[in-house]
Amino acid sequence: MTINLSISPRRTPAPPPGTIGIGQPEPVASPAFRENAKRQLQNTQMRKNLRHATTTIRNKRLLRVAEVPNWEEVRSAGAALKDRIGRHLDKYLAQAEENLTKAGAHVHWARDAEEANRIITGIVKSKGVDEVVKIKSMVTQEIEMNEALEAAGIAAWETDLAELIVQLGHDRPSHILVPAIHRNREEVREIFNKEMGQYGTPPPDKMSNDPPILAGAARRHLREKFLRAKVGISGSNMVICDTGTVCIVESEGNGRMCLTLPETLISVVGVEKVIPTFDDLEVFMKLLPRSSTAERMNPYTSMWTGTTDGDGPQELHVVFVDNGRTNALADPEGRSALRCIRCSACMNICPIFERVGGHAYGSVYPGPIGIILTPQMRGINSAIDKSLPYASTLCCACADACPVKIPIPDIIVHLRNKIADKKKHDMHPHLEPTVMVPVNWMFNSAKHFEFVQKAVSFAAGTALKNTDYLGPMPWPASPWTRARDIPAPPAESFRQWWKKNRGGRR
Amino acid sequence: MPPTVEFCPRFLTNRKIDLSLFLWSDQKSSDRSCSSLGEDAKLILKGVMALPVPAKGLRVALFATCINDLMFPSTPKAVVKLLERLGCIVDFPTEQTCCGQMFTNTGYFDAGLASVKTYVKAFEPYEYIVGPSGSCVGAIRHQSVMLAEKAGDTALAAKAAKCVEHSYDLSEFLVDVLGLVDVGAFFPHKVTYHPTCHSTRIAKVGERPYQLLRAVRGLDLIELPDASTCCGFGGTFSIKNPEVSAAMAADKARNVVSTGAEYVVTGDNACLMNIGGVLHRNNTGVRPIHLAEILAHQEGDAA
Ligand code: SF4
Repeated sequence: MTINLSISPRRTPAPPPGTIGIGQPEPVASPAFRENAKRQLQNTQMRKNLRHATTTIRNKRLLRVAEVPNWEEVRSAGAALKDRIGRHLDKYLAQAEENLTKAGAHVHWARDAEEANRIITGIVKSKGVDEVVKIKSMVTQEIEMNEALEAAGIAAWETDLAELIVQLGHDRPSHILVPAIHRNREEVREIFNKEMGQYGTPPPDKMSNDPPILAGAARRHLREKFLRAKVGISGSNMVICDTGTVCIVESEGNGRMCLTLPETLISVVGVEKVIPTFDDLEVFMKLLPRSSTAERMNPYTSMWTGTTDGDGPQELHVVFVDNGRTNALADPEGRSALRCIRCSACMNICPIFERVGGHAYGSVYPGPIGIILTPQMRGINSAIDKSLPYASTLCCACADACPVKIPIPDIIVHLRNKIADKKKHDMHPHLEPTVMVPVNWMFNSAKHFEFVQKAVSFAAGTALKNTDYLGPMPWPASPWTRARDIPAPPAESFRQWWKKNRGGRR
Repeated sequence: MPPTVEFCPRFLTNRKIDLSLFLWSDQKSSDRSCSSLGEDAKLILKGVMALPVPAKGLRVALFATCINDLMFPSTPKAVVKLLERLGCIVDFPTEQTCCGQMFTNTGYFDAGLASVKTYVKAFEPYEYIVGPSGSCVGAIRHQSVMLAEKAGDTALAAKAAKCVEHSYDLSEFLVDVLGLVDVGAFFPHKVTYHPTCHSTRIAKVGERPYQLLRAVRGLDLIELPDASTCCGFGGTFSIKNPEVSAAMAADKARNVVSTGAEYVVTGDNACLMNIGGVLHRNNTGVRPIHLAEILAHQEGDAA
């Protein structure tokens, strides 16, 4: 980790270098998924932690979902609602602004990460403070708000336990719901012992790695920050258009503290998070907890409509952020990715995520949703973004799990098509489209296929005679045969056998 | 051409009486089982017993799939043997090549479309198109119309839609169309079944392969731990992300070995090639076999 010492000292622990946010001015420097994944696969501890965590939550989710007799109908309702919101987003956003403003909130609009960060930093600075407390929020990670605030001399303190572990560990979240899923309790103990004292209340002496003890240390560490903070920053799960209400769903209660103690509250909201009416909450409150934490109901649901004199924050800002969402909305085949309610069920069930973890994706949104959302929001230009849609076997487990029925595999295939088209029309030649030409020729007519079969049979009958399986082979077979043998082709294809044995018949 | 169906066993399944046993056992054992049935069932049986084979004269077009045609001919041969044994007349329309998914799923829609064209050309006249692959049949079902529509070829889309209606994975054809669970197979071995992703989640063959396997005489079906997890093949995924693919295949192979089975069986040879390749590399002695080959196997056949 490198910290630039030439500028004023940092207020908060520095994350690792590089950016994984969306809409940053610099192109993303992350290498392609394959290289990232290769490195992560070697992390035995992480794989063990992930396997344990995802298996547990997967099984629990199945139990909770099975309890809802009309689960499929609720899923369809969620999908239909989200599609309607997308179709009339202009109308709903205007209505949300009107009712939020009526209730006393200040509404801001940000086209991209830079604008959003400028607005947020401006509000915090106008309060004359140099620190804020934060609720776990995906959109603030997406716009890399913490680093933007840090650059302005403002410390953003994460208050969600897992986010605190990540922040103190100079680390990045690896999961949208359980950001420290790649850490085990011993690692957490080490991080707390090493870092906590440098940024506030230290942990107790000789702290054990017992989860309640670790949570107690975090609670004490955070308490002074909660009590001191004048500004709180949140995301939002839903903004209800007809009432102008903001809603947050959480598990730990740290959110409730951030929402009630500070004088000023800033809620940063992706434009797709609006829902038409208060009644529509029902659908999402049924889908979200069961799909994400596999609970019947999450412990804390907070809703606030404007401000109330003498109670809670006296100033409320809502910052609506586009940051590439309308790019996705413009694509008829890709737009259903915007239905996402960030439950994380797709990544918990994903066999690839389970093995490589969230960091391999080089994006704040990892796993199946990440590989369809990030390239739509960020574009398909950088090495990592071009590689993301290929980080799937199309096993379709995610589509079955998704509570809002996003056809993730179909969107993956659609994005691969976009990338393939781009490769074909690129100035410099690519290997893949070149390889595809003869392979396509082989299959675009039965005559061609038969011709290839004859060549293969010849090889099988001569060079490969007496061979059942082929072992490690040079490129281009090396990626396949490094790990597994490949059966030798037979001396007679089925077609040849058919001709011989059923000749004359079709 | 209209199929020459002399007897449609679909009605048997409607009666919720499993008569498949009688269809497939020899006369002696049928007589024995007959005595335990009610009068109603006996009446139905009377008609059935008159027929030597359940699917007599039913014309079926075999969709071999490209990988089987080229690499695993024993699988389509087994389908021919099985379906002919059941009384079907099997055609192999030679215009066929591939379902196109390897192109489509890599993003090359135009090349995928070329394969869809060969599929329609080969199978358009048929009422029953049967392929020993949930993945390839699934791809036809899920993607062929989309590809034609995307290319603006509405005539092809309509033809593809018709083909989709008549395309079956082998397990679906046996259970749903022929109404059979017991196909008269004999396979005295310990096997474990891996439900391939596309067969379960796209073609949605469900319990059918398990039903078919459970009815095979002599077969000991052992449950595969973590069965529903992908084996890591994923077509071009295994080349674009070989390390992750290998990690997944290794986990799958480990689970297969843990069952103590002699054979790992699937309804898709591509996945089987992946799992079997790891099993072979590691000298585990567990052999890969396609479902069709088990179902075609009978007493007296070579092991
Ligand atoms: S894509 Fe679906 S399953 Fe994945 S996080 Fe979003 S809502 Fe949940």
